[in-house]
Amino acid sequence: MTTRAPVEAAPGTSVAPRRHVLDLDDFSASEIHVLLDSAEAMREVLGRSIKKVPSLRGKVVVTLFLEPSTRTRVSFEQAGKMLSADVINVGETGSSAEKGESLLNTALTLQAMRADLIVLRHPHSGAPYFLARHLTSTAVVNAGDGMHAHPTQALLDLMTMRRHLGSLEGAKVVIVGDVLHSRVARSNAFGLAASGASVVLCGPPTMMPLDLLRPGGTPSLPNVTLEPDLDAAIEDADVVMTLRLQAERQAAGMLPSLREYTRRWQVNEARMSRAKPGALLMHPGPMNEGVEIASSLAHGGSSQIEEQVTNGVALRMALLYQLLTGTEERP
Amino acid sequence: MPTERLLMTGEDMRRVISRIAHEIVERNRGADGLVLVGLQRRGVPLAKWLASAIQAFEDVEVPVGALDTNLYRDDLTSRRQPMLRPTTLPVDVDDKVVVLVDDVLYTGRTARAALNALMDLGRPTQVQLAVMVDRGHRELPIRADYVGKNVPTAPDEQVRVRVDDFDSVDEVVLVVEREVPA
Repeated sequence: MTTRAPVEAAPGTSVAPRRHVLDLDDFSASEIHVLLDSAEAMREVLGRSIKKVPSLRGKVVVTLFLEPSTRTRVSFEQAGKMLSADVINVGETGSSAEKGESLLNTALTLQAMRADLIVLRHPHSGAPYFLARHLTSTAVVNAGDGMHAHPTQALLDLMTMRRHLGSLEGAKVVIVGDVLHSRVARSNAFGLAASGASVVLCGPPTMMPLDLLRPGGTPSLPNVTLEPDLDAAIEDADVVMTLRLQAERQAAGMLPSLREYTRRWQVNEARMSRAKPGALLMHPGPMNEGVEIASSLAHGGSSQIEEQVTNGVALRMALLYQLLTGTEERP
Repeated sequence: MPTERLLMTGEDMRRVISRIAHEIVERNRGADGLVLVGLQRRGVPLAKWLASAIQAFEDVEVPVGALDTNLYRDDLTSRRQPMLRPTTLPVDVDDKVVVLVDDVLYTGRTARAALNALMDLGRPTQVQLAVMVDRGHRELPIRADYVGKNVPTAPDEQVRVRVDDFDSVDEVVLVVEREVPA
């Protein structure tokens, strides 16, 4: 089970070798900082004409994606390949998952084939925790589990923010949209809170995450507040992150209408002008242009959306490198 | 209790930098086409130090780069959590003479990794190696072209080069874990 321990920054502490990455709720500020520094070094490799270094030669990384994804799967595959790991992709179709093999048996099979690390995307919250408990020699990285967590997306978002703001300490980050169903928002909230940023969650009251709130409705994380009114929330923001709205939410009765959602919670030029000058606009993708984000903004000057993708590869390189090297101490 | 013995003072280091700067310029017949590349982390300030020494008497500004060798090491699983630092080369190293600069030459594995890292970034005409201290115990056929000080050591001893940028002092010490007989 994941424990929701209070997130505390532990500056100056050394980085304990970690085997799995399941969420950011157990990351300290210093561990995030070290990882982002490594990711910066990896960006240099991405900029070379020959984008390959030999550091993970002989390591086997399996991407096990039981839910559709383009950017996250390709990003992990590219990250592994640039570090010279052998990357094997297993999807929902064409694998034994289609024949009804259980997740555990699939993972045990991959472990028996000596996979060093499994990157798991799964529709059910908690699936990576289940694997991490049962695998003895294979590491697990959560690439998105249901409505729960997406730690590498949050880390690449933190990297993108830090690159532009210099530091996350004291930055105001507004996360707009369906926070309740968003694993991106949830992992970002933990990572941002640990890094000392202040987070404003904004969206329809039906889409606020109850597990991040104490009874009575106050947020349980430090520096996290709720503000349903986007015009008020966006005031003086350093970063505005808007989330993908899933169309089926309207059918589930959580939205009055798409038009009303767009009118009240779409990030557009007029609303961005209330944020700080030069504020960053982010979106984890894939976008519904014209719904949660105005098309003119999606490809405008404040948009970090493509840089988020580039940083994602560098960040995942740093993460794979850290998980697959240097975990044993010299005798 | 580990004990420390002073091997070089800041003044000793300054003289060594000045001598090696002259040796580099003498060997390469000037400073044109040279690039100094410091190995992360303490090789970087030493490379900058050499560049300013060369500029002082040769009036040529030698470009200084930084190289992180961690992605090219062969002993990663036996080491503690590696910390990656930036690799930055201010100029293309193709057809240049690259002088790699490091604080201590020991097994030669860092130098080997640095050579591989450098070859992925370009094709220098020549690569030379400058170190502040050579402590012996090589495990690979590698030697330095410029050596500040040769220090015979035992494998359980450590040589620490301290530089002002990171340690607020310039000095080289020998760290001995066991008690030193008086």
